[in-house]
Amino acid sequence: MTFSSIRRTAVLLAASVVLAAASAGAADSRGSKAARTPLPQVKITKEGEKCVEPTDIMRRRHMEFILHQRDDTMHRGIRTTRHSLKNCIDCHADPKTNSVLGEDGFCQNCHAYAAVSMDCFSCHTGKAEKQSAVSGLIPLASSADVSVRDMVVMSRLQTAEHNAQPSATGKSQ
Amino acid sequence: MSLSRREFLGAGTAAVAGTALAPGVRLIELAAARRPEDAVSAKQRWGLLVDTSKCSEGCTACVDACHEENGITDHGKPLTDAQWIRKVEARDPQTGYAHSLPVMCLHCETPPCVDVCPTGASFRRSDGIVLVDKHICIGCRYCMMACPYKARSFIHENLTDQKPDAPRGKGTVESCTLCVHKVDRGDGTTACAEACKEDGHQAIVFGDLNDSQSEIARRLKSESSVQLRADLNLNTGVRYQGL
Repeated sequence: MTFSSIRRTAVLLAASVVLAAASAGAADSRGSKAARTPLPQVKITKEGEKCVEPTDIMRRRHMEFILHQRDDTMHRGIRTTRHSLKNCIDCHADPKTNSVLGEDGFCQNCHAYAAVSMDCFSCHTGKAEKQSAVSGLIPLASSADVSVRDMVVMSRLQTAEHNAQPSATGKSQ
Repeated sequence: MSLSRREFLGAGTAAVAGTALAPGVRLIELAAARRPEDAVSAKQRWGLLVDTSKCSEGCTACVDACHEENGITDHGKPLTDAQWIRKVEARDPQTGYAHSLPVMCLHCETPPCVDVCPTGASFRRSDGIVLVDKHICIGCRYCMMACPYKARSFIHENLTDQKPDAPRGKGTVESCTLCVHKVDRGDGTTACAEACKEDGHQAIVFGDLNDSQSEIARRLKSESSVQLRADLNLNTGVRYQGL
């Protein structure tokens, strides 16, 4: 009797903990409106074109690529465009402002949210050399908004936690 | 132990073939444009030849073109405004003979600015172009003091709207880059040389000092030229005629 009641209490407790955790996760994942600081929206204006590396790798390691290319270009005169800052800017500049800076700018938008300062643009221009539209491959009217929530999560949480979160959210719904 | 007669002859033939091939290979390498993924090498040494007899007094075409190309703007402060290239009017006080010449970074083989730099920001690329790596420049300005040609400038103001090919920022030192972005692109000229040619003076010639077929190397070989402050033994990449 006593043992089974303890076991039942334990099961109930465990279930409530799981539920609480799940609902917290759900609130967290939908919390962009409620949060004090709105999540940044990264605008990919060149839909359909691939970035030079897979998105998750670019989110984690873009600074390493740029740093490596910086030294190669500066000291050895290697001018490949794959990881060059100029190439990033030419592709990611907002078609309205022709820049990666500004409130909706591809770089500044996210860096402001993550509170990571960029030194690049105290010397380098944030404006594209050629207007994004010049490439003419894809109509610019179709723009896809990609949430940067993944980026923030990836940088702050363990991969396991990151993977567990969607399933917890799924249970609560 | 000892080489057989056959081995000896074989090695000898290979050596002869190697020496015979080497000059031909080198010529092809010099003629071919460098690919973007290739690093610069000491096979080239870029430089300028300035003929002061063709340079006219009061003409600032080279200076204007340089400033346009590299986005150098005037802040109305002549004492501290950046100047990558400037016109010097020289006059012999005894004879009264006056001439005009542009002076910029002379891209020395043994640059004093590189010797004194405490961070390694001031460096000489293996193709002879002397540059400032502004990523690691701390703005100490030792290089400005060391340069015998007053070629370097310090940026005092916050800047905006720089040119994509010429990043510039407050707190760093800068000087003529020999239009390194144009050189790397394979344009085969600099903004100043281009402007001088367009203006009809043709006083500035850009080229590879190591390429015996280039105009600059041929003229340096056949005509008289001088280095500014040759007594310093800096082996400048920019040479002058008519001084």
